[in-house]
Amino acid sequence: MNFVVTHFNYLAVIVLMMTGLYVLFATGNLIKRMIGLALFQTSTALLYISLGKVAGGTAAIKIYPDSPEAQALAAQLDPAYVAQFGVSGVVYSNPLPHVLILTAIVVGVATLAVGLSIAVRIREAYGTIEADEIEAVRAREPGE
Amino acid sequence: MTLFEAIYVTPPALTAQAPILVVAGPLIGASAAALSPGARTAWMVSVLTAAFALWMSVAVVTEVAREGVVDYALGGFAPPLGIALRIDALGATLALLIASVGLLGALYSGHALSSEVYPGKHGLFQAGYLLCLAGFLGLVFTGDAFNAFVFLEVSSIGTYALVAVGEARDRRALPAAFNYLIFGTVGATFYVLGVGFLYGATGTLNLVDMSVRLAALGDNFAVQAGLAFIVAGLGVKAAIFPLHGWLPGAYAGAPSLVSVFLAATATKSAIYLIVRFVFDVFPTGGFGQTFLALIVAPLAAAAAIVCSVQAIFEKEVRRILAFSSVAQVGFIMLGISLATTGGLSAGVFYLVAHALMKGALFMGVGALAISVKARTVEEFYGLGREAPWSAAAFAVGAASLAGVPLTMGFLAKWSLIAGALEAGALWVVATLAVGSLLTLVYVGRLLEAMFFRAPLPGATRAHEAPFGVLVPLLVMAGLSVWFGVDSSLPESLSRASATGLIGSAR
Repeated sequence: MNFVVTHFNYLAVIVLMMTGLYVLFATGNLIKRMIGLALFQTSTALLYISLGKVAGGTAAIKIYPDSPEAQALAAQLDPAYVAQFGVSGVVYSNPLPHVLILTAIVVGVATLAVGLSIAVRIREAYGTIEADEIEAVRAREPGE
Repeated sequence: MTLFEAIYVTPPALTAQAPILVVAGPLIGASAAALSPGARTAWMVSVLTAAFALWMSVAVVTEVAREGVVDYALGGFAPPLGIALRIDALGATLALLIASVGLLGALYSGHALSSEVYPGKHGLFQAGYLLCLAGFLGLVFTGDAFNAFVFLEVSSIGTYALVAVGEARDRRALPAAFNYLIFGTVGATFYVLGVGFLYGATGTLNLVDMSVRLAALGDNFAVQAGLAFIVAGLGVKAAIFPLHGWLPGAYAGAPSLVSVFLAATATKSAIYLIVRFVFDVFPTGGFGQTFLALIVAPLAAAAAIVCSVQAIFEKEVRRILAFSSVAQVGFIMLGISLATTGGLSAGVFYLVAHALMKGALFMGVGALAISVKARTVEEFYGLGREAPWSAAAFAVGAASLAGVPLTMGFLAKWSLIAGALEAGALWVVATLAVGSLLTLVYVGRLLEAMFFRAPLPGATRAHEAPFGVLVPLLVMAGLSVWFGVDSSLPESLSRASATGLIGSAR
């Protein structure tokens, strides 16, 4: 049980990922497929963000020890922690995964845009966005 | 590689910047092509950009020949913190291949596109083409795992759009492109997931740094799962059986230029990245090679047999070639999974050979289809007499595919068999023999249709393709013969790639 509590974010990743994959393969509707794909991609984003979290770490913005921000932070933090590390030794979360995921989100949006545009063109060419109906139209075409 | 040592194609100041210019050139060219007013201008932008990329690639290859490995720290930030380009013999070989095919394809597109792309969309098409070129070249140059994902997606998003353009000729291109997008994105996301596992275990994304830390870390479950995700994800892009479902539809529906470019470069760059991870990032003789030998190799062997049989029973010429591509990827992966210098260099040699012959075949199909809308094997009856030059080039590509002596395909099969015997893998030799016989069947069927059958009654007569299409086609086919007679260039490149990855001792 303790394992579940400490790893709940990873469980969320797994649930989200499986939901995305299931939607992707269970539906024939092209728009719903894109939604499944987006869910699937989001789960990896969550995984990276979880990886970047350092226990007790704060946002990765440089804090100088005698600035007012540092005093405010010291007030919020556990006094035992401040006594041990001081505000100067503040622990930051790893910002790199956030940056990576920012890039991955941009890539995901571009993919989504291209996918939806193709879905629009399919609707214009076949008159439907259901995969099985497209198959039916194709089966009636000569040369299949 | 020694061939290139004494060659200087650029002034030293430019040589130092060549690695980034190879990638940045096509990216800038893509925006210029998108903004160009007419089809003619867009085509010229595309040709000039591709020529520039090839020039810079040659500069990088000569530099690699002199120094072994070229490192380029982007923005002057030293790796492992900064993002670096790192080009070794394998990357240089792939870049040379991709840039050459890119230039030939750009030349070919001048006339071949007119019937396949809606008027007014040529600028955007060329922009997509150059984006793909930039993506593939960046992929083989980068020394950063996440950067590789970005380049993978730059090229993939370009190819999804390019495949969908085939709608102007055949509306089945649209569902094929959508399918490709779904498969490709799931593959790319798996790759990101795998990289995430490796990043979590090692704390670095730089490939060199990662390999050092992985060696220190030893095997653990997170690292192994990471590699499995990476190979599975890239396997979709490389069309490793049974993850090849997107490929036949995409190759058959895309405009002929796109089929040429995809067949020659897309699967190849994904294979490159798999090789990079398994042999370079993961410790030699470790989990990566076991994974290849136990999981990828049997699948590759199955591809070589099953997809060759599928190709025999296909009706459409482009689909025959597409299934053949999946089978040939199987051959390439068989060579690579031997994990010996001989096997790996045979795999790389086969990869180059296949890119050239499949490029010539798809260009040939495109050239023949300009005057007649030939799609099925029956519609190809008699085209050999009506369009002799295009058909001859197609025949050369087909001969190379079947492994006829004096073609590059023969040498590729020969070195693969030699590599397998050296490694004592007799079952690889047997698979190769059966696969080659099956290849002979469908190649024979295509050639028989073109040269020994009378045209169907009522079929429109074909004309020879225009000069602008014939030249790149004949060059592509000529390369297969040239390297079949004098293979010193690809031979030395693939040998250097293999020794660079696993050393010459084994």
